Amino acid sequence: MSARALLAVLFWMCATVYADPVPLSAPTAAAERGSGSDPVFEARLRTLEMGLRCMVCQNESLADSGAGLAEDMRREVRSMALAGKSDDDIRNYLHERYGDFIFFRPPVKPETWLLWFGPFMLLIGMILYLLWRHRRPVRVAPAPVDPDRIRQIETLLTEDET
Amino acid sequence: MKVWRYTLPLAFFLVVVAFLWRGLTLDPSRVPSPLIDKPAPAFQLPGLKNPDRKISSSDMLGRVWLLNVWGSWCVSCRAEHEVLVALAKSGAVPIVGLNWKDDRTAALAWLQQFGDPYIESAADTAGDVAINYGVYGAPETFIIDKHGTIRHKVIGPLTPERVETEVLPIVQKLEK
Repeated sequence: MSARALLAVLFWMCATVYADPVPLSAPTAAAERGSGSDPVFEARLRTLEMGLRCMVCQNESLADSGAGLAEDMRREVRSMALAGKSDDDIRNYLHERYGDFIFFRPPVKPETWLLWFGPFMLLIGMILYLLWRHRRPVRVAPAPVDPDRIRQIETLLTEDET
Repeated sequence: MKVWRYTLPLAFFLVVVAFLWRGLTLDPSRVPSPLIDKPAPAFQLPGLKNPDRKISSSDMLGRVWLLNVWGSWCVSCRAEHEVLVALAKSGAVPIVGLNWKDDRTAALAWLQQFGDPYIESAADTAGDVAINYGVYGAPETFIIDKHGTIRHKVIGPLTPERVETEVLPIVQKLEK
């Protein structure tokens, strides 16, 4: 059994899952808002809103959602940013009102340890188990063989060759 | 030692089953509010019936009250409306409306047609106060105590059962 190949596959899967989600091209909501004059500011807002959940259509980000509430929240985020609030201030403001669910990336805290570290613990556990199984000496007691049978086999083999 | 080979994976499997089973019964549209036991965000908004009279959260200090988020565009609000009317009629607890992102004429017509359970509705046309309260879908109902602290939040339409088993017991406890 190829334990090493299995481990490599597992590791690769974990690495993929934990990698940062690459923002795919999202032409939807951003375009219609496009009154932005400062591209750096707009990019900052967009990055911030990509990490925030639209509470109505729960699998869409605040940046992409067309829901009325998302529109209001984007306006709120924009006005806070214009008032000089930092990204963390804005995130905290929404977190205080909507809870952890507002973030796509759940914060690391005791309640979410299982979520964040569980898969790694499972992986480490499996590695240890595989190593343990691999290192264990294989103890196979030789079966008692009847000398008559050996002689029989030998005659059969020589017979075949001639 | 042999026993573990079978019981350990089985135990692991059962834990996974328990988590998934629980997941089946959770409703993702009910997100618990982090505002419970926190001071209700202050607001001052024009009244729906009389826009010149400002409605403020501090008006209700000293009373246990309900803040009900509604809109004439909201179908579930229509479903819970008669429950609210009955609750208001019983006089158990005063209800203040938060008229969320609504058109004033439509909202007034709605109250005219279906009855008005609110002592007054605050017109949150822009939706800012709703965000301050962490509202993400109407109807939502907050129970606020005498000191202006949010003590409970009902997400989704009120039903006679939810009023009886959820709202009234809390209101009675807070009244003491």
